[in-house]
Amino acid sequence: MPDLILHRNLSDPDGFYADLMAVHEGLTKAESDALTARLVLILANHIGSRDVLNAALQAARETASHPPADA
Amino acid sequence: MSKIFETPLYPYARNADQDRDQDNPARHPVVIIGAGPVGLAAAIDLAGRGVPVVVLDDNDRVSFGSRAICFAKRTLEILDRLGCGRATEMGVTWNTGRVFNGEGEVYGFNLLEEDDHKHPAFVNLQQYHVEHIMVQRAQDLIAQGAPLEIRGRNRVDTIGTHDDYVHLSIATPEGDYEIQADWLVACDGANSPTRRMMGLDFVGRVFEDNFLIADVVMQADFPTERWFWFDPPFNKGQSALLHRQPENVWRIDLQLGWDIDREAEKRPERVIPRLQAMLGPDVEFSLEWVSIYTFQCRRMEKFRHGRVIFAGDSAHQVSPFGARGANSGIQDADNLAWKLAAVVQGHATEALLDSYEFERVYAADENILNSTRATEFITPKSDTSRLFRDAVLALAERYEFARPLVNSGRLSMPSAYEDSWLTGPDTDGLPDATRPGAPMPDAPVPDGWLLDQTGGEFCLLWVNGAAPPDLPQTPVPLRVLHIDPTQAPVLAARYLGDAPRAAYLLRPDQHIAARWRAPETLPLTTALARALSQMELSDA
Repeated sequence: MPDLILHRNLSDPDGFYADLMAVHEGLTKAESDALTARLVLILANHIGSRDVLNAALQAARETASHPPADA
Repeated sequence: MSKIFETPLYPYARNADQDRDQDNPARHPVVIIGAGPVGLAAAIDLAGRGVPVVVLDDNDRVSFGSRAICFAKRTLEILDRLGCGRATEMGVTWNTGRVFNGEGEVYGFNLLEEDDHKHPAFVNLQQYHVEHIMVQRAQDLIAQGAPLEIRGRNRVDTIGTHDDYVHLSIATPEGDYEIQADWLVACDGANSPTRRMMGLDFVGRVFEDNFLIADVVMQADFPTERWFWFDPPFNKGQSALLHRQPENVWRIDLQLGWDIDREAEKRPERVIPRLQAMLGPDVEFSLEWVSIYTFQCRRMEKFRHGRVIFAGDSAHQVSPFGARGANSGIQDADNLAWKLAAVVQGHATEALLDSYEFERVYAADENILNSTRATEFITPKSDTSRLFRDAVLALAERYEFARPLVNSGRLSMPSAYEDSWLTGPDTDGLPDATRPGAPMPDAPVPDGWLLDQTGGEFCLLWVNGAAPPDLPQTPVPLRVLHIDPTQAPVLAARYLGDAPRAAYLLRPDQHIAARWRAPETLPLTTALARALSQMELSDA
């Protein structure tokens, strides 16, 4: 069973990020949120492994956008 | 103390062209408008190749205030080739950057420089110092008899374009005069009067944001690192940058947002508290320069319009994130000078100048792409884009995978002209870094550095083995360099990889034109003709 990959694994990160921004271009906030939800489900299906997905859910949950001041 | 940017370095002086019969004006092979870093680089390069050059500038001193500060390795190599290598020693070298988000540090990074290069990945140096070094170099060349003139307080007022020359009317403190030029190079900046007078396009994107830029002089124990903040406590919801320059001058960039009162924000009573909040209450500093800027990413559709050629900011403009303005401008000059010299001296046709446009438009697009991406990360243009940006920053603090997605400006790297019709042929089995079109990597050689051996000429670099004694006559000077790989192991690794030997044809701008693994059959005449744009692509 492979572990969740948390080291760099993405080729051309800048290009990917630009494409990610471009796919949201012209959408309302609600449409963007819906797109993001669909994208998560598509990627989850691609990953397949429940263990990996659980580790990913955990990693996302634990990463607050602004850490507490004592972090 | 009088600053270098307050001193007239090329004061107005009457020249012989002003006393001619104005119905029969002087004709010059090359006239350059603008004595900034791009115009000076082109002028020094051309004059060094024996091409007479007149530089016209409406001012008489180096540029004032905050402009370029980060000069990248490739630019330092070009400056060194032009006799301005002092810039590297004067500059501040840095290789650590830190990214902060809110109150905390997200991560630090090291540029992880490759060893064994003469010049570092970057130095920070005020543009006025670079210009001063270049003006001094130009004046040394003039003293040695080089065909070069810098005419201060000579402002071009009208430009008449013709099939085979350009006609200029020039205003001076002593009245107007006329000259003609076979070739005009416009290095007159982002607001290029040349471009305006010729009614040429300059389209692109405006970014709706304002930045306060301040150069402050302070004695502070901040380390020599690049610090970038997203949403810092002293500039909530915006970004900030702190970067060191020589002489205890620090560059500070504070994002202000779009809806501000620009005049009010520039006043010391607004600026000083902002900076004090950033630097801490105990740090004493004085302001050297403050301004507020907005920026655009745009370029001219064509860099060559008949006998008028645009280089630097006059041809393309980028956001400051990633240091691609002055760096790419000097790289324009590097690309143009040898080509224009070859055309003026009859070694090549105007087709070679079209390759300048092709190669540097490609580079400009690469720079615009990179700086646009950085700008969008720093200034998210929608709620969704801010959401992802903040998610990346949050993840990057804990997880290494997200760090390459953090974009506070990518380092300026030179473009490889792989798709240019001057480039080729290539061969399998040699390293990717030395593929045709790429700038040649430096390496130590027994007497110094490889790049110092090239002399700004076409070179045939022979790594292991010897050039045949019967090399054909070439239309341009060709320098043959022999490298014994046992004497230069780093060079051998960079230029051979696993191959036993190779030959490289190098352009005068130190880009690789072609390479061969079996150099005994090397079609030198053909490759050189291609690199001078004297033949079609199809014969590779």
